[in-house]
Amino acid sequence: MIEIQNLTKIYGDTTVVDQVSMTVETGQIAALVGTSGSGKTTLLRMINRLVEPSSGKVLIDGEDTSRIPAHALRRRIGYAIQGHGLFPHRSVAQNIATVPALLKWSEADIRARVDELLELFQMSPAQFRDRMPYELSGGQQQRVGVARALAARPELLLMDEPFGALDPVIRAKAQQDLRDIQRRLGTTLVIVTHDMEEAVALGDRIAVMDKGELLQYGPPSEVLTQPAAPFVRELIGEGERPFRLLSLTRVGDIAKTGEAGGETIPAGASLRDALAECLWSGRSALPVEGGGVVTLDQLESRAAQASVA
Amino acid sequence: MTEIPITADSPTGVAISRTGLLFAGLGLVALALPLVQFKPNRIVLGEGISLTAALGPPGWVVLLGLAVALLIGVTDRASLPIRLAIGVAGVAAAFLILGAAVRNLTPPDNNLARVSPAAGFWLLLLAFALMMADALSRMRLSLRLRWLMLAAVLAMLAAILWSGWLDGVSVMREYAARQDLFHRESLRHLILAFGSLGAAILVGLPLGILIYQVPRLKRAVLGVLNILQTIPSLAMFGLMIPLFGWVAATVPGAASIGVAGIGIFPALVALFLYSLLPVVSNTVVGLNGVSPATKEAAYGLGMTDAQVLGQVLIPLALPVLLAAVRIVLVQNIGLAVIAGLIGGGGYGTFVFQGLNQTAMDLVLLGALPTIALALTAGIALDLLVEALDHRKRRRDAP
Repeated sequence: MIEIQNLTKIYGDTTVVDQVSMTVETGQIAALVGTSGSGKTTLLRMINRLVEPSSGKVLIDGEDTSRIPAHALRRRIGYAIQGHGLFPHRSVAQNIATVPALLKWSEADIRARVDELLELFQMSPAQFRDRMPYELSGGQQQRVGVARALAARPELLLMDEPFGALDPVIRAKAQQDLRDIQRRLGTTLVIVTHDMEEAVALGDRIAVMDKGELLQYGPPSEVLTQPAAPFVRELIGEGERPFRLLSLTRVGDIAKTGEAGGETIPAGASLRDALAECLWSGRSALPVEGGGVVTLDQLESRAAQASVA
Repeated sequence: MTEIPITADSPTGVAISRTGLLFAGLGLVALALPLVQFKPNRIVLGEGISLTAALGPPGWVVLLGLAVALLIGVTDRASLPIRLAIGVAGVAAAFLILGAAVRNLTPPDNNLARVSPAAGFWLLLLAFALMMADALSRMRLSLRLRWLMLAAVLAMLAAILWSGWLDGVSVMREYAARQDLFHRESLRHLILAFGSLGAAILVGLPLGILIYQVPRLKRAVLGVLNILQTIPSLAMFGLMIPLFGWVAATVPGAASIGVAGIGIFPALVALFLYSLLPVVSNTVVGLNGVSPATKEAAYGLGMTDAQVLGQVLIPLALPVLLAAVRIVLVQNIGLAVIAGLIGGGGYGTFVFQGLNQTAMDLVLLGALPTIALALTAGIALDLLVEALDHRKRRRDAP
């Protein structure tokens, strides 16, 4: 569990982060959203003390991080950034092994861990272990960057726009993979993004920041249906809200008994996908894989919740 | 690198190689110039003797052979390996012809007469050496092959010198007369060039790192080093004499640890001062060239300051640093000649002795090894820089 208490950063006369308090439960994903200059990256960098707070503190499982030497703290926290920051003079295996090597793991342990992570990210160890970063595609570099961040089994993973440099297609896949891996490992994750869609897709909690202040912190459905400030509303995009809301729920969760014709839709698909399918095929109800139906009426009433607020 | 077309269509439709034309032109001019100079003794001006005059009737065959070899390179039919082979063979041939000419011309039982290489020989050597270098650079051989080529060319030259074939050449006669001294001064020259480089790295690397971490020092430090760099070398060596002479005379114990106005100490200091600017400025440039994301990741993963420096910044700045080492080494090998003026030793000793005695052969005894050393060091370090440069490997990656 990460507890951020009254965290503040002041540079000269400018308050970059102003009295931010929030708690991230173990195993959850918290997405920090905001425009550039909102202080979200500074907030993230204060968690692993790349930026020293002016006041306030961060507790990890109750332990005050300011009491731990900064480099030792960072070895316990995974860190992945935009443009991956891979060391260009080191191979993929050496890059992934960075933190385990700093922690002086045995060579056998490091090798086993590197191979395990490459497998996890669907990169064949035999093929990729000895490649240099420049020999990888953008998506592969990004995966190695995340694998490197996870190498020493950190309790907490911090990511700063990790998918910023990827094209939209690879990006969606990378988000899905990250979500799967995070669920499997149970790692607590704090991710910074300027993209509300990414925040909705990944976050268990969304923190909206503007001008150094935390405007709203809550589950995506709450942020979408009850925006706490005009800025949050603006960030969501007025016209996008119903669709964002629909994308939060899976078809399987609202399926009811009934019959409908035509092609089935997977239970794991989002309501947004179901709506698109209804409109595209001109049907008013879709059969759900594994039984039940989802109707256009249901989807409409769900989407209408967005306008309640 | 962009491929420069090596051929051009002439109006008649026969493709010719432009560089080949240049080398052939140089070579043919060389063949028309006197190959060697015959001098009754070592300090008078001699008369030029052409290749055919020096070798007699077989000289015409040799002349024809060289002309054909040069002309083969003009057409684009000759592949790069053939050009390379012609270049290497031509360089070797130039030395062998020189040796043969000297053997023919030196009168028996005359220790005073000297036969020295003249314009024709130097130009011929240049033409074939350029042909070789041009072919090599176009062939884009692997690094390993280029190391081998460098070793092979050096071995070929050493073998020619070792064989005694050139022993009659004036420069080699000067060498024979002062072998021990030559070896001593060679060692001295290496100490001057490498010693000053070593000292510059020991001081310049930490200084560069300091400037990188405290950028406001940059202007002042680089400013001072820039001024040092602009002092003409003769003035710099001259300044050392009164400066260190005074230090040696007034500071107790200074003289006993080697401080003196003349000799190797002031020469080393002067070369060291010249070396500082390239080392310091390239260190700063190299460190600044490391991408911010890489540095951020290094700190973010939990490296300490020392680890970031040792494991990330310096390895990534190394190619730029080595480029400085290359500049400094080649520069110092040349500048060390001037140390001869203030008793610092090295090949300059022969150059200045030779100038005083108007004995050009003695000047060459100092100048030729200096040039050979500088060329070899330059090529070797170029290869080393390329081997270590991860960005360059990216370009060559399949």
